[in-house]
Amino acid sequence: MTTRIDKVPEDAPGPSAPGAPEAIKAIPVRHWGRYVAAVVVLVLLGLLVNAVAGADLRWKSVGDFFFDDQILEGVKNTIVVSVLSMIMGLVLGIVLAVMRMSKNPVTSSVAWGYIWFFRGTPVYVQLLLWFNLALIFPIINLGPIYKDEMTDAMTPFMAALLGLGLNEAAYMAEICRAGIQSVDEGQTEASQALGMTQAQNMRRIVLPQAMRVIVPPTGNEFINLLKTSSLCSVVMYEEALRKAQNIGNNSSAVVELLLVATVWYLAITTVFSIGQYYLERRYAKGSLRELPDTPWQRVRKNLFVLGRGTGSGAQGAGGVGA
Amino acid sequence: MSARDSSMVKAEAVHKSFGAVDVLKGIDLEVKSGEVFCIVGPSGSGKSTFLRCINHLEKINAGRLYVDGTLVGYREKNGKLYELRDREVAEQRRDIGMVFQRFNLFPHMTALENVAEAPVQVKRVPKSKARERARELLERVGLGDKTDSHPAQLSGGQQQRVAIARALAMDPKLMLFDEPTSALDPELVGEVLDVMRDLARDGMTMIVVTHEMGFAREVGDSLVFMDGGVVVESGAPRDVLGDPQHERTKEFLSKVL
Repeated sequence: MTTRIDKVPEDAPGPSAPGAPEAIKAIPVRHWGRYVAAVVVLVLLGLLVNAVAGADLRWKSVGDFFFDDQILEGVKNTIVVSVLSMIMGLVLGIVLAVMRMSKNPVTSSVAWGYIWFFRGTPVYVQLLLWFNLALIFPIINLGPIYKDEMTDAMTPFMAALLGLGLNEAAYMAEICRAGIQSVDEGQTEASQALGMTQAQNMRRIVLPQAMRVIVPPTGNEFINLLKTSSLCSVVMYEEALRKAQNIGNNSSAVVELLLVATVWYLAITTVFSIGQYYLERRYAKGSLRELPDTPWQRVRKNLFVLGRGTGSGAQGAGGVGA
Repeated sequence: MSARDSSMVKAEAVHKSFGAVDVLKGIDLEVKSGEVFCIVGPSGSGKSTFLRCINHLEKINAGRLYVDGTLVGYREKNGKLYELRDREVAEQRRDIGMVFQRFNLFPHMTALENVAEAPVQVKRVPKSKARERARELLERVGLGDKTDSHPAQLSGGQQQRVAIARALAMDPKLMLFDEPTSALDPELVGEVLDVMRDLARDGMTMIVVTHEMGFAREVGDSLVFMDGGVVVESGAPRDVLGDPQHERTKEFLSKVL
């Protein structure tokens, strides 16, 4: 976009067309404050880098342990519990959202109560409650389906999954409800007037449009969930942070291993953020006249423009990114 | 149960209230098959509400409403009324097309998908057949070249024409138009009225709530003037619009004509 704005003065019809007013050529305002601010920030940044460089850190340990089997195992566990909790939260969340909006006072107040409880208490406490369930229910008895000692059933993984997933469901319920309610009532009227049933209306008309509102906060939720999963070390679940701490304590490279965990979290959240971007773009279909280019398409376009030397090819390169 | 042979819509003392507000206070009227029936009146007179009662988007509080001889929204048995299930109401609505003031196209679908959606979902028409038919219908409303456009890429007039094609795709026996041109820029009104004129010529039964007096006079077979939830005056459009008998009608027409 900027390339085109830049070249406007050159081939603007202004000066050449007879009788047209002359294009303005003014000296732009100098923003001295910006230069000052940039210098101040750069100096502070330099001081920070200097401090870190002088710290008593064994950088080699960070590199050595980064792809350690234990760490990789922990990272895998972090991703597994986060993805499964998110799926659990999503499914249960949609159910709760539908219950909450139903005309049946019993289902809607039960959903309200669920959301009230799980949003109103810390995840940390919920994790501990699940983990220690055996103290009050020594035997888990689901009639003919399942019967076992609670301590056997409530593994660290189960406690982590239930703690994170049930909590997530409460948040997802509110996000889904907001999304469904954001769809214009006229849409439902139109589909009803065409003879569609409520289920068809929900599946074909309302939900696809609600997704545009649901996807962005859901992506944020997932990234939050990924980070919150580090709390699962409290229920002995062997996720990335716990693994890093184990190694760190044994090798007295505590901070080094925390840095390993930090970089891994950053890497995972970055990958999922990119996925979120493309998902959002997909569901923007129909609400925008033309989808914006993806970063990759923009890079390709700019390369093309540079190769040509002029901005004339800017339109053709990436095509319409539909 | 049985209404007159040629009667498409029959309203008997239809009442509708929203909370304490009485919107319809006893509407009696009859729309014959193949007729273009216009409803005019000031805003708040209940004309849109009445239209929405015909396909049960609004529930009436008293009276009876028949479409093609069948009671709308209820079943009458042994002198008792039973509410219809959602599925049964949906079945009744299949045969009644509706066009809204604000188009209400599905924004996540192309024009073609908008038109083909209901036949595929509701009537289980094979997808390829429905798309072929949708293409024909879009051609018919003059949008053969816009099949792959999303609603956001179309002008208001084009959107409303897609909406008409969408309603026609269900092969309705009755079409309801709820102020179809009121949300349009003046220069786009004509293209929508042209399509409607075309439909009328083909013998479609149409109930049109409108402020387009010229259209009502030219295309309409009958016309009612509504105010305050009642029908004030009815007759041939030429008579009602040209020589109104009631004070209220005269006053309204003097403002809009």
